[in-house]
Amino acid sequence: MTAEVASAVLAALVLVPAGAGAVLLILGRRADRGAGPVAVTAALTAAVLAGTAAAARPEASAPFLGMPGGELALAVDGLSAVLVVTVSLVAAAVTVFAVADLPGDAARARFFGYLLLFTAAMLATVTATTVPTLLVAWEIMGATSYALIGYRWEVPGKMSAGTTAFLTTRAGDLGLYIAAGAALAGTGTLALDDLASAEGAWRHVAAAGILVAALGKSAQLPFSAWLSAAMEGPSPVSALLHSATMVAAGGYLLLRTEPLLEASGWAGSAAAWVGALTALVLGAVAAAQRDLKQLLAASTGAQIGFVVLAAGVGVTAAGTSQLVAHAAVKAGLFVVAGAWLTALGTKQLAGLRGAARRYPLVGAAAALAALALAGVPPLSLWASKDEVLAGVDGGVLRVVALAAGALSAVYAGKILAVVLAPVDADTHLDSEERGTRRVPRPVTGVVVAFAAAAALLGAVALPGVADRLKSVLGAEGEPSPGPGELMLSGVIAVAVVVLVVRRPTLVAALERTELLRWAGLRQVLTPRPWLALARAAARVDDRVIDRAVLSVAAAARRGAGRVGRADDHVVDRSVVSLARAVGRGAGRVGRADVDVVDGAVRAFASAVLRAGAAMRRPQTGLLHQYYVQAVVGLGALFVLLIVVR
Amino acid sequence: MLLTVVILLPVLVAGVLLAVPRLPGRVASWTWVGTSAVDLALIGWMWWGYSRGSGTGAASGNGLVLAYDAKVRWIPTVDASYYVGVDGLSLPLIALTGVLFLAAAIYSLREPHRPRRYAALFLFLQTASLGTFAALDLILFFVFFDLSIVGMFFIIAGWGHGNRRRSALKFFLYTFLGSLALLVGIIGLFVGGEQRTFDMVALAADPPLTDSPVMGALVLLAIGLGFAVKTPLFPFHTWLPDAHTDAPAAGSAILAGVLLKLGTYGFARIAMPILPDAWQRWAMVVVVVGVISVVWGALVALAQTDVKRMVAYTSVNHMGLVMLGLGVAGMTAQADEQARTIATVGAVVQMVSHGLLTGALFLLTGVLWARGGTYDFHRWGGLARPAPVFAAAFGVAAFGSLGLPSLSAFIAEFQIFTGALQAAPVATVIAVAGIVITAALFLVAMQRLLGGDTVVPDADPRLPGADVGAPTPAAAHDRGPAHDHGPAHAHGPAAAHGHDHGHAVDVDEDRVRSAAVVTQSGDAAAPAPAPGPDRAPSSVGDLDRREVLAIVPLLVLSVLIGLFPRPLLDVVEQGAVTVVELVSR
Repeated sequence: MTAEVASAVLAALVLVPAGAGAVLLILGRRADRGAGPVAVTAALTAAVLAGTAAAARPEASAPFLGMPGGELALAVDGLSAVLVVTVSLVAAAVTVFAVADLPGDAARARFFGYLLLFTAAMLATVTATTVPTLLVAWEIMGATSYALIGYRWEVPGKMSAGTTAFLTTRAGDLGLYIAAGAALAGTGTLALDDLASAEGAWRHVAAAGILVAALGKSAQLPFSAWLSAAMEGPSPVSALLHSATMVAAGGYLLLRTEPLLEASGWAGSAAAWVGALTALVLGAVAAAQRDLKQLLAASTGAQIGFVVLAAGVGVTAAGTSQLVAHAAVKAGLFVVAGAWLTALGTKQLAGLRGAARRYPLVGAAAALAALALAGVPPLSLWASKDEVLAGVDGGVLRVVALAAGALSAVYAGKILAVVLAPVDADTHLDSEERGTRRVPRPVTGVVVAFAAAAALLGAVALPGVADRLKSVLGAEGEPSPGPGELMLSGVIAVAVVVLVVRRPTLVAALERTELLRWAGLRQVLTPRPWLALARAAARVDDRVIDRAVLSVAAAARRGAGRVGRADDHVVDRSVVSLARAVGRGAGRVGRADVDVVDGAVRAFASAVLRAGAAMRRPQTGLLHQYYVQAVVGLGALFVLLIVVR
Repeated sequence: MLLTVVILLPVLVAGVLLAVPRLPGRVASWTWVGTSAVDLALIGWMWWGYSRGSGTGAASGNGLVLAYDAKVRWIPTVDASYYVGVDGLSLPLIALTGVLFLAAAIYSLREPHRPRRYAALFLFLQTASLGTFAALDLILFFVFFDLSIVGMFFIIAGWGHGNRRRSALKFFLYTFLGSLALLVGIIGLFVGGEQRTFDMVALAADPPLTDSPVMGALVLLAIGLGFAVKTPLFPFHTWLPDAHTDAPAAGSAILAGVLLKLGTYGFARIAMPILPDAWQRWAMVVVVVGVISVVWGALVALAQTDVKRMVAYTSVNHMGLVMLGLGVAGMTAQADEQARTIATVGAVVQMVSHGLLTGALFLLTGVLWARGGTYDFHRWGGLARPAPVFAAAFGVAAFGSLGLPSLSAFIAEFQIFTGALQAAPVATVIAVAGIVITAALFLVAMQRLLGGDTVVPDADPRLPGADVGAPTPAAAHDRGPAHDHGPAHAHGPAAAHGHDHGHAVDVDEDRVRSAAVVTQSGDAAAPAPAPGPDRAPSSVGDLDRREVLAIVPLLVLSVLIGLFPRPLLDVVEQGAVTVVELVSR
């Protein structure tokens, strides 16, 4: 494949889904019928293109902004290759799920339009080589996630959930704007790879900016609560946003800029600690949830915490395998949750008792994915988590990470305990919507595919596979876990799962704590103080500035008066009296001005009529008062001139 | 010559319109559209020529690369002349002016009140705006600058609503007093220079007052005050929300889209090249005032309960960003030339971008007024149901205005921030934080207006169209907002097209399935895509063809600039490089 063809493939990888999405959005409801097939075709095309690009490693760029590194530039290296394949496959599978899951009368063109745009943005994010490219894709991803979460805008509360998600991630995005400025100041270019070589303080500014942006997008502490709000979105949206995309983007960015984190000296350990603590706190939050989607949302933040930890301690291959394994596991579980919500009408754990027994194939796949989530050997997250832990040296950090790993066995065990239990009489179905009592065959297929991936990716534990991955990612020499470590974490996971399934009441106690309400993290994002500040500012604006300016205006008048004393007479009549009138109050002004303004307009009109075809006179009529002033002003100017000379 | 034609064509047609008293309103409106279209086509031709390098006349030989320049002696004793020309700084703004006036013309095609004079006034205003952007002589600049104030005053006072006379007066007083300060500054430049000329090119080549920092600062203060009021910058912005709220929609679009730029353009065209020393010395003040405007405008906008006031305050925010970029251009000690040029390019693009997006937003608020006679957030809701095209357009404009990539504002803001960080890190970080507030206020506005249950205002006697010459449209029998009803059948009846001869017939309010039948006169534009099959017919009409034609092109242009910025940037970068060179001396 020639370089031109390869870069065309790379461009098409982004432009095919983006173009298809834009067309669907522009056509609107007229395209509802064909939207599903178009979306599936575009997503599958993107998956094929992603595979091609991963093999060919192309580059592509287009002119954009006029500065070094200001162009829109994409390239596929080892890390990008793994991610484009993951993202496009998950997106294609979720698109298939969405076609089957969306209600028949839904605004499908809008849904799939935004879904494709979102996918394109994520694909551009993981291939961007310049800061502007990254920022463009990053923010479009945020905006389309807003549109997807608030998809059912007619239901009160949905749009505000989207608003929460967008504002939180955008607050983090500010970091990228700052990092762009720091890159320009510190390196003279906006190329992403040059960030680590930024000079002096700019390197620290850039590292801080990147870190904040990534933590916001990945819902790490303290930005985590938007994940909870984002669950208002339709199930396919949750399945895509919280597996291979959006939250994964933050983890990816840290893996990509790992040299910068390391070069800064502090950002690496900061990321490691934030990641580990997020895994711990959100793990506990997940264990306390009563709603399956909320549980999965919290566990998403927790699992991505391990990716952030990996980037912080500099084991990029481990972080990448954790990212990919989590994508498969979580996409599968979210699809299952969505399928059950459609079939059984509930996503409350209480209502899902025995759900796995009602639909055995889906149930088996779900159980497998949940076991992988728990970190049970030989499944994927067991292997990748141990890869991450192998890079952690510090004693306390290691303990925190191990505890967080054990917590994932707790919440995964909680899911298993519920869905594998026998159906009993007091299981309330249809608590949220009217269930269809069937899981369509394509959905079953998608779930099985994800579960298979979730299991097979455990191969990373095999030394040969791990080394191959490291050479693809250019991360040779990164540490791997020894057999003892793998054994230890496996035993812990199995023991915890067995304990939780046997004694569900132990975990149920957590539901009565603040952890159920996300440990107060929502309060961190509350807009109330800002709204109060805004209202105070508005009051000051109306009551203080507006009035104070009147006195300043009077001063300006005095200054202007000096320009031409001859002007005073006119200025006094037309300006001073009016200024005073404004000061005296609106009602008075209203009456006083009707005559002035109306008179002026009417005089203008009648003057125009009289003037007929004469071209010059209308203008003097229009502006008679004003031109007198202008002429007098100019006269004063000449006087001044003569005096100065 | 071409430039002079572009500038004077509108006012000539305005004269003709005024000279023919019996001209039917529709003919006058269409004449206006035709004139603006021809003017825009000529501007497009100029742009084409400029980008190919032709039309570049005798360059002044001191950095300013001028095209289409023309000079006619006017007042020889003080060396004032009719001197016009374009460069990379003014050409984009001239093009913006052409686009926005055409949009305003199309939007006003159905203006029921004295359409002939309305058209003439706008055409007059167009000449004043184009003249200000093209002027290369201080006196000429000042005359055009002030004429624009006069024109806008009459538009607000004569065709506004609400407390229009008070608002028009406030607008006039503020900006007129500001322009007096500007006049003082201009005289200062004349007196301070060796050459005793009002020729901007000559003054920029040999800047006056270089050896007297105090005088330079005072003159800059006078000029700065004049432009700060016009821009407007904190704390001189309080005329803006009133003027906007009470102006007609087309007037608001022009006021925000074009007239505010006269202020920021003045800084870049007059203050920076002619007073480079003073600008460098006081650049930090400009930056601080700009950043305060950014944050203050955003915060106050967030607290508004009136859509139009909210949009007006966001202008303060966006213009503050322009000043941040221009201020940084003068900080020669703190930043290299590359960064300062990038910030300046961003500032100029922000002027263009703000014109397009805020112009569209103001026209959209005009749509609300035409349908319900109110801008109050509390009286609208769920508009995405009855008016999907309106909702889509509002969404695009809002996301554009909050700086989403793929729209023009991002191109501007990204460059302003990236270029400014080096010179003024703290100020820039604060300004960047401002874009989260902007995002919040637009998302909250969308949530209130577009989402949830459909709410439309009670019938309002102030509905435009109530006093059209034609038979009064049957008043809508609206019996209150329909916020209690479920999504599938919620629709409060109200007048559909304010000035169509339509009438809404409310069948039975207790049975929610009332059919708001909208009968339209023959030439009434059909609402764009029909609501989906599951939607009940609704009473708030979507955008009609005229509104779509006025608003959507502005958004399309913004998207085109956002995706393919090179054609615009190639021109702007030329101008910005020159300005930065001139201010760095």
